[in-house]
Amino acid sequence: MKRVGALALRRLAQSVPVLLIILVGLFLLLQLAPGDTVDALLAQMGGGDAAVAARLRQDYGLDVSVPVQLGRYLVRLLSFDLGMSAIYGKPVASVIFERLSVTALFMSCALAFAFSAGLVLGVVAARRVNGWPDTLISTLGLVFYAIPSFWLGLMLIVLFSVKLAWLPPGGFESIGEGLTGLAHVLDVARHLVLPILSLSLIFLAIYLRLMRASMLEVMTLDFVRTARAKGLSEGHVLRRHVLRNALLPMVTFVGLQFSTMLGGSVVVESVFSLPGLGRLAFESVVQRDLNTLLGIVLVSAVLVIVVNFIVDLLYAKLDPRIVAR
Amino acid sequence: MSPALRAFLRSPAGILGVALLVLVLVAAASADWFFPRDPLSLAGRPLQWPGQNPRLLLGTDNLGRDIAGFICHGARVSLLIGLVATVVAVGLGTLVGAIAGFYGGWVDDALMRVTEAFQTVPNFILLLVLVAVFGSELEVITIAIGLVGWTAPCRLVRAEFMSLRTREYVLAARGLGVRDAGLIFREILPNALPPVIVYASVVMAVAILMESALAFLGLSDPNIASWGNMIGAGRSVLRTEWYVSAIPGVAILVTVLAFSLVGQGLNDALNPRLQAV
Repeated sequence: MKRVGALALRRLAQSVPVLLIILVGLFLLLQLAPGDTVDALLAQMGGGDAAVAARLRQDYGLDVSVPVQLGRYLVRLLSFDLGMSAIYGKPVASVIFERLSVTALFMSCALAFAFSAGLVLGVVAARRVNGWPDTLISTLGLVFYAIPSFWLGLMLIVLFSVKLAWLPPGGFESIGEGLTGLAHVLDVARHLVLPILSLSLIFLAIYLRLMRASMLEVMTLDFVRTARAKGLSEGHVLRRHVLRNALLPMVTFVGLQFSTMLGGSVVVESVFSLPGLGRLAFESVVQRDLNTLLGIVLVSAVLVIVVNFIVDLLYAKLDPRIVAR
Repeated sequence: MSPALRAFLRSPAGILGVALLVLVLVAAASADWFFPRDPLSLAGRPLQWPGQNPRLLLGTDNLGRDIAGFICHGARVSLLIGLVATVVAVGLGTLVGAIAGFYGGWVDDALMRVTEAFQTVPNFILLLVLVAVFGSELEVITIAIGLVGWTAPCRLVRAEFMSLRTREYVLAARGLGVRDAGLIFREILPNALPPVIVYASVVMAVAILMESALAFLGLSDPNIASWGNMIGAGRSVLRTEWYVSAIPGVAILVTVLAFSLVGQGLNDALNPRLQAV
């Protein structure tokens, strides 16, 4: 366990400069933006003279040189002060924190579904390679990959909410029914079925293709032939020898794809009016609330780093060949 | 006929992909011919179902726009944005990947940290930041989509360069006094490009999806006929006239599928190892 931890920690240490690059990059991006906070404020107030502008710039610390501003900005962030949200009138950190749990639940469900369904379909396809189940599954994978998630979401709403009236068309829970306990859990689950399907189908397609290719690759290796020659049953060879090795690229991909998935949640959460981080990102672009938007960038970057840290731990547990160097 | 081309033509995915691609290209090329009017202008009474009016094949949306004309003009927009964004992404990725892979050492370390920074921030959220800061004109959006997609081609090129830079022909060229730029662009790059070209079809598919998502949210250029835009407009009449959102979605699906299939066909042709299993 110690060597696993050491490896993952080393990878975590590597992400410190990455985070720093992101922060400096965002700061420079804002410097490039036409007009600063004070211009935006003055425009909101309906104009103001040069003296007012100068005093405001002093208040906001915009009267000092760019490197000093950068330094102050970094120090502020280290104390987790993300500034004030212009539209919510609250600190950005608390606005984001309120939305985080919805996105976390949504993401983990979508990820779990895409991973397990992709795994099963990939194994089935690889078992009957070039047979009809393989052709069917591979074709479905290609089609799933090409479906825009927001369009799929709308079509699912038409089918399951409007025509069949089976599932709610949006929101996170039924408002004003005061559900508790199991009833509340089921209510949230019913609200999440369609969003999860819309977001995860594209990732399901990626996982199933990866799993299929990875299974085919592993099945040609010598140790599989040895296991078969030992007289082990096909099911045993598959479960104990092929699957564990074929899973490794899948696990790596969870880490790589998590950031893309988080980006995809922006559109899906907007379609289904889920009060999560993605919808907040969309709202803050529409309302030009840059403070909130940058806060979301930071929080999502940290989330991606944390998920990759967990993936590293898992990977090292699955693959005994990995040793911390 | 070269063996690679013959292998491509033997892959059903490749053939279907090319067929779908031709369909999209014909739609884009004939847009001005069949639908000379401005696709954003009023063509008739709003919300006519497809087939209801023989003059308007696919009906009209809730703003009275001709859906068939909008689809054909939208094909141009999608292809144009996708193509330019792909050129930006693959060009930038190739340049950075080539430099990192060729020099290695601290140059590689520094460039890889920047690449990781771009990979850590979710692409679509970075795209939103760029749109929020620089506005949503067509040019800005196209370049922004390219800018958020360069990391995967970069890693691909870097890996190729790392394996190719110590080959004998490179060492020979170096011995003949060829400068670094010559080694990178004239000796190594032509040999590193094939996998990147295959991957470009994936970049293109992702770029088209990203633009449509942006347009769907109403954050793309409002003055262009973008498929995502019509899907977004159709949301308000989704309960009854769902075809307004459905039809442009099929157009996106067909286009993205075409590029994925072409990519698959190229992959089958250039990497036949998995077929033999």
